[in-house]
Amino acid sequence: MGAYTMRCSLNLLVPVTVLAASVMGLAQSRPYNLGTPLSQEEIRGFDFMVGPEGKELPGGRGTAKEGAEIFAKRCALCHGRNGEGGSAQRLVLGSPGNPHRGPFKDTEKSATSYYPYPTIAWDYINRAMPANKPGSLTPDEVYAVVAFLFYRNGIIQESDVLDAKSLPKIEMPNRNGFVPAVPVWPPDPKKPSWF
Amino acid sequence: MDSNRSGRRRFLKHAAALAGLASGAVSSASGQSAGSEAQPKDVHIHGEPSRFATTLGSGRGVRLRLDHMTYYTPLQDSAGIITPASLHFMQTHSSRLPDIDPQQHRLTIHGMVDRPLSFSLEDLKRLPSVNRIYFVECHGNGSSTLHSTDDPKMGLPVQYIHGMTSCSEWTGVPLSVLLNEAGVQKGANWLVSEGADEGKFTHTLPLAKAMDDVIVAYAQNGEPVRPEQGYPMRLLVPGFEGPSSVKWLRHIKVVDQPYMTWNESMNHSIPRPDLGGKSRWYHFEMAPKSVITRPSGGLKIPGRGFYEITGLAWSGGGAIRKVEVSTDGGRSWKEANLQTPVLPKAHTRFTVDWAWDGEEAVLQSRCTDERGEVQPSLAELYRNWGITDVASQKTSRAIHINAIQPWRVDRDGSVHDAMFS
Repeated sequence: MGAYTMRCSLNLLVPVTVLAASVMGLAQSRPYNLGTPLSQEEIRGFDFMVGPEGKELPGGRGTAKEGAEIFAKRCALCHGRNGEGGSAQRLVLGSPGNPHRGPFKDTEKSATSYYPYPTIAWDYINRAMPANKPGSLTPDEVYAVVAFLFYRNGIIQESDVLDAKSLPKIEMPNRNGFVPAVPVWPPDPKKPSWF
Repeated sequence: MDSNRSGRRRFLKHAAALAGLASGAVSSASGQSAGSEAQPKDVHIHGEPSRFATTLGSGRGVRLRLDHMTYYTPLQDSAGIITPASLHFMQTHSSRLPDIDPQQHRLTIHGMVDRPLSFSLEDLKRLPSVNRIYFVECHGNGSSTLHSTDDPKMGLPVQYIHGMTSCSEWTGVPLSVLLNEAGVQKGANWLVSEGADEGKFTHTLPLAKAMDDVIVAYAQNGEPVRPEQGYPMRLLVPGFEGPSSVKWLRHIKVVDQPYMTWNESMNHSIPRPDLGGKSRWYHFEMAPKSVITRPSGGLKIPGRGFYEITGLAWSGGGAIRKVEVSTDGGRSWKEANLQTPVLPKAHTRFTVDWAWDGEEAVLQSRCTDERGEVQPSLAELYRNWGITDVASQKTSRAIHINAIQPWRVDRDGSVHDAMFS
């Protein structure tokens, strides 16, 4: 605005030209001028989807030991005491120090060791669990529950601390268990539609 | 049906467990409120069908499973290509549907855009709209486990096997219009969308598809999209597997890579023998498929003589070019009439004349789409996927099944599912 005012005082023709150009530019890039602009602060209030690189992960931390307590209170009723399954799906396959490396049967897919990226467990638990009160766990609690499940699945050590830095670095045992390795669109024209 | 019954038991037990855990809050999601008090219902306000008007039961069929609540379109009673909104199939992974006040609801577009924006329902209605007729099909439709029955004499009606496909006229704003308003940045290739349901249903979509023919729909068959179909707004992704069309659409984030979220990675990926036990995921498009809807399993035809065989064909790859029908178990095939309109990525109604001689007959249809893709038999499809023995075929949980459906007409006129017999 400072530059604008200065130009204004120097030459009336320049700002009029600049203004006209910018209105035209806006008209071209945003033809209907509908919708309400969102501030970065507003976006932070709902932007909870976490991608495979974990860029959106918030601060906080947790360990398997802390997670065991939270799991017992918030998750075990449906998923079983140690995540072996109950009225809801099993979450554990393999055992501490001994991860299941696949292949996975269809009934084993719900175990967190099936997931190709460690962020998937964090993202889903954070937004959608527990099913009776989704989104009610704090970031610390989500890190801890994920640590507990990964420990029970043999993916991390009991003493490992999970946070925004360490979580995305975990190598999942089934990382290469998906075809195609990276989803593609449009599909390879050489592949039949049944593929 | 044993697995179905035990599924229902588990569903109820799980629901009870959740109710026991619940702390009284109705819902914490924004834009939701408790329903208003029940009023005496005037059935003429929205109209109801005749209680005599259906051949099998009354409207949609239902299966309640632990993590899927499903209502099936009664295809055996369908005519033409449009599914009434009240009979559109419905599947949800949440046990309760969101109850959204559109005054409180906003669709946000953010991530890799120049101008993050939010849109109200009123904003959408001011923008240029399109009306398009498209099918929506669950990628689990017609899968092997849906053929099970404890009454081998009757078989299940077609609705319980293939009733997770429906076709509507959708009205809404092309997603490309909204994305252009927001200004997609260089390097963006994917979108990830989130619904306002309790389970925050989330799916990834290629940006190229989003800019092509995807709609943010707010109306269906001339009325506002119903709550079970995503009121006040949903994605409608033509030709793609149903979960892409996120209901109760709330957030669209523009990103530079697929997000491999829980439903996509876990629920919607399937281990396959031909891939060495690795899982196929992100299958996106539904392949060409057809099914005879009348006569079909569970119906009984009254005696020899003339019948018009009718059914539906559709393909995620475009328009249907040809449907053939066999009444002799696949020995000979006759080209069916395609009733107009024949639209891309929409149900197409086909008919063929048939004179039943009173002997056992096996009826089946097979379609070809505009790309020349031909609907396979189940044996061909499973052979491709390395699922070779019959026991595995019967219990396979494979999705994206577009196999030919045989119906056996017995001499007494009863019609049975002959997929596995």
